[in-house]
Amino acid sequence: MLSILIFLPLLGGIISAAWPRGGDDGGWRAGYVSLLFATVTLGISIGLIADFDSKAGLQHVTDFSWISQLGIHYKIGVDGLNLFLIALTALLWTGATAWSLFRQWPRPRNYYLMLALGETAALGAFCAQDLALFVLFFDLMLVPFYFLIGIWGGERRVQATTKFVIYTLVGSFLMLAGAVATGVLAAGNGQHVTFELSELAGRHLSTGTQDWIFLFFAAAFLVKMPAFPLHGWLPDAYRAAPTPVLTVLSGVLSKVGAYGFLRIALPLYPDAAVHFQDLLLVIALVSILYGSVMAFSQDSATMVVAYSSIAQLGFITLGIFSLRAEGAQGAVLQMVNHGLVVAPLFFIIALLSARAGGTDDLRRMGGLAARAPVLAALFLIVSLATLAIPGSANFMGEFLILTGVLKAKIVYALVAGTGVALAAVYMIRLYQRSMHNPLAAGAESRELTTADGLVIVPVVAVILALALYPQFVLHRSEKAVGTVVQQPQGAYIR
Amino acid sequence: MNALHAPHIDYAGLSPLIALTGGICVVLLFGLARGPGTKMLVTSAALLTLTAAATLSAWQLGENKSLVEGALRADDLALSLDFVFYAAAAVALVLSLRYPGVSGASIGDYAALLLTSVTGMVVLAGANNLITLFVGLELLSIPLYVMCAVDLHRRTSLEAGLKYLVIGSVGSATLLYGLAFVYGATGSTDFGQIASSMGRNGIGGDPLLLTGIALAATGLAFKASVAPFHQWTPDVYEGAPTPVTAFMAVATKAAAFAIILRFFDVAVRPAKDDWDVALAALAVASIVIGNVGAIGQDSLKRLLAYSSVAQAGYMLAGVVVGTALGLKSVVFYLFAYLLMNVAAFAVVVARERETGLGDDIEAVAGIGVSRPVLAWPLTIGMLALAGFPGTVGFVGKFFLIEGAVQGDFAWLGVVIVIGSMVSLAYYLRVVAAVWMEPGAEAVRAVPVLAGGSADAGTFAGRVSRIPIEVTAVAVIAAAGAIAFGIVPSPLLDLAADAARAIF
Repeated sequence: MLSILIFLPLLGGIISAAWPRGGDDGGWRAGYVSLLFATVTLGISIGLIADFDSKAGLQHVTDFSWISQLGIHYKIGVDGLNLFLIALTALLWTGATAWSLFRQWPRPRNYYLMLALGETAALGAFCAQDLALFVLFFDLMLVPFYFLIGIWGGERRVQATTKFVIYTLVGSFLMLAGAVATGVLAAGNGQHVTFELSELAGRHLSTGTQDWIFLFFAAAFLVKMPAFPLHGWLPDAYRAAPTPVLTVLSGVLSKVGAYGFLRIALPLYPDAAVHFQDLLLVIALVSILYGSVMAFSQDSATMVVAYSSIAQLGFITLGIFSLRAEGAQGAVLQMVNHGLVVAPLFFIIALLSARAGGTDDLRRMGGLAARAPVLAALFLIVSLATLAIPGSANFMGEFLILTGVLKAKIVYALVAGTGVALAAVYMIRLYQRSMHNPLAAGAESRELTTADGLVIVPVVAVILALALYPQFVLHRSEKAVGTVVQQPQGAYIR
Repeated sequence: MNALHAPHIDYAGLSPLIALTGGICVVLLFGLARGPGTKMLVTSAALLTLTAAATLSAWQLGENKSLVEGALRADDLALSLDFVFYAAAAVALVLSLRYPGVSGASIGDYAALLLTSVTGMVVLAGANNLITLFVGLELLSIPLYVMCAVDLHRRTSLEAGLKYLVIGSVGSATLLYGLAFVYGATGSTDFGQIASSMGRNGIGGDPLLLTGIALAATGLAFKASVAPFHQWTPDVYEGAPTPVTAFMAVATKAAAFAIILRFFDVAVRPAKDDWDVALAALAVASIVIGNVGAIGQDSLKRLLAYSSVAQAGYMLAGVVVGTALGLKSVVFYLFAYLLMNVAAFAVVVARERETGLGDDIEAVAGIGVSRPVLAWPLTIGMLALAGFPGTVGFVGKFFLIEGAVQGDFAWLGVVIVIGSMVSLAYYLRVVAAVWMEPGAEAVRAVPVLAGGSADAGTFAGRVSRIPIEVTAVAVIAAAGAIAFGIVPSPLLDLAADAARAIF
């Protein structure tokens, strides 16, 4: 069942790639096939949520020995940690595919193949319950994004994509070494080498080993998110990536990093997690402040959102490394929230720049709300959710994160609180500059088309639904999160 | 009663070698024929020989016996690597079928030299004795010197041949000197007896022996193009005709590693504590020098040459640990290496013919649009060499790192991944050229109706169509690189059998 979910998009992508070239439809039919498969995937992921038993542990498990000589299992499963991230992935990819469908792409068949491969890899990384399998899918995600940015990107795309891949692969390869070392070194005398996560969590690594492996994994995850000192690839890649790719890059891929901390780093290296708690909290804090300040000072709307996601991901890291159930719960909720707000933000920015003469420069926008009430309303909802206005699910998420940190380390919580205020500053600035003020020269206020609305409205609807009932997520993730923080907490007390 | 005590000869065990030597004679004779069909006839005869030898090797798998008074071993390590040699030779034959550069030589001589070299490799892989080792090595090298220089009309080809001859001879001499020291220290040429004599006499730290091991390691490092003994590699790879380069890159490397594994894991294993750090240093040097050297190369063949130096470093890590897992990982990686490199070299051959730009990286620019059937194999080959998941290169690296970590060389595993990071800079450059750059305008469009003349290609610079067999080789190798990346178990089983032959 879960395997179908993972590989269905890829199947769709291969069918679109092989779709006959008949007629000059600009690959419309090929894209349509991809969209169809992505939608079915979304349907399955919703089915998973409906079918989820919040009291049980890992569900829908598929487990067979894949490469027995290396001890690698093909083990996938769903629990409270990845349930909503899977749905988020399916939702955003459906949106991105639909958005692509309404636009013309050169070489559309390859484009849809790569997009679909990306979805399969992301879903695989979220579902994987075997360390080696996780690493495999995690690295596999890069291949399609390398091509998506490099072939279909904007100016300076080759440079941007090379930088992106090298940054992320540096982390990934370190992670590969760490993963192999974990499997081998955790196997005591007489034990078989295994990479199965549940099995590995039961084995114990010496503290020194945990430390270096943890740092390798942390490097991989922090690059992916990205967090402050490792975000060098972000401006170029975000500037060059085409809009649909950008939405999934920012909405989903960054979450894989944060998810990796919860799924891999905390349960497997609990001692190291406690040991490096302060380091990670500082990184998170600096990311929040740096991201917020940078977001406030950017003229490009895309860059405002790009830097804001550094700040948002900083909050998520903060929650995870509070090593408290509340903080981690908030982090899980916030991962979903951020994915949900950042995707429509990028879509709306793309629409705005189309209306402002093809630039996303805030100085040349303005007054775009005048004749576009629906667009303005959608943008307002998303902006308010991003700045975590009370009543939104983002507020709930940040509140939980700060509660967790307050309980763990009060100083960090106090500083992080300013990040919440800064978020309001840059989001309101973004909204005002683009939507209010007199209409800028060369810009034109136009309502969004039905097709674009079809992409944005469902995502906004989910934001509203979660705002009304965030417990929907929290309730289901509670048990899994509890298990994750249990180990480091045990180490904490020791 | 038998008066004559002839030594027992196990013809079954020797059958692959017999098939090969028989084939050499047949091919040489066929080559004397004149006429338009000679090339096809000779190539088919040579391919048939290789198929026969492969069948016989497959038949002998699992027998694990000693031949000719212990001079040769027909065990699974030797036999499984034999398949790499046969496959590489077959690829070289197919690629040279209509390759302009090698048509200068008589095809009969060329094919016979190739088969002789394969024979040398088979001997070398099975060598269990210092003498057989050296005979095998020379039998493999001497035909290669000639083959590098086969393109008589190109100065670089002659230069490559001469360079390889000179440096190869230095390597051989060093090796021979080292082998003599080892013999002097242990009093035996047999690998098993060398090991037992070292164990018995407790001469692990004997300076005579250690000098011998060091010199032998140097000689073998020349052959495997391990840094810092790799200087000939880029020049020779660039100068030799591309099919020959492909053969050298894959088969010579595999043969060299076959004997490195056997020499270090069997003969001088008791002195492991003395040589493992030295080999680890060589591995690190190779990984660093190879990967750094490849950055900035515009010639694809030079790039692949430096990449092969780096890959040799990765594989050396599997030798350093001296465990069954390490040996398995090297054997597996050699199979992976075959697939990845053949995919890349076949595309280089195809574009050399098509563009007249030689092996410059420009030659593959923009083929993502114009020649997707070549672009995909090259992309897959590059990604696999870089160790991307879903390809056989990923499993290979995973395996090598696992071996290194388990053998208490975790830091070497980290060096491998750092090397892989650096390698992205040049592998991805090729991929970027393929997909993200406009095609070279200099490329003359080839009319589709250029005629089906089989012998259309003549000399470099001449533009002609891509022969179907070159494309087929590239596609098959790339498909294999993906297939064994997803289902590596058959190769892993073969590698495990190979390891069982020694440990």
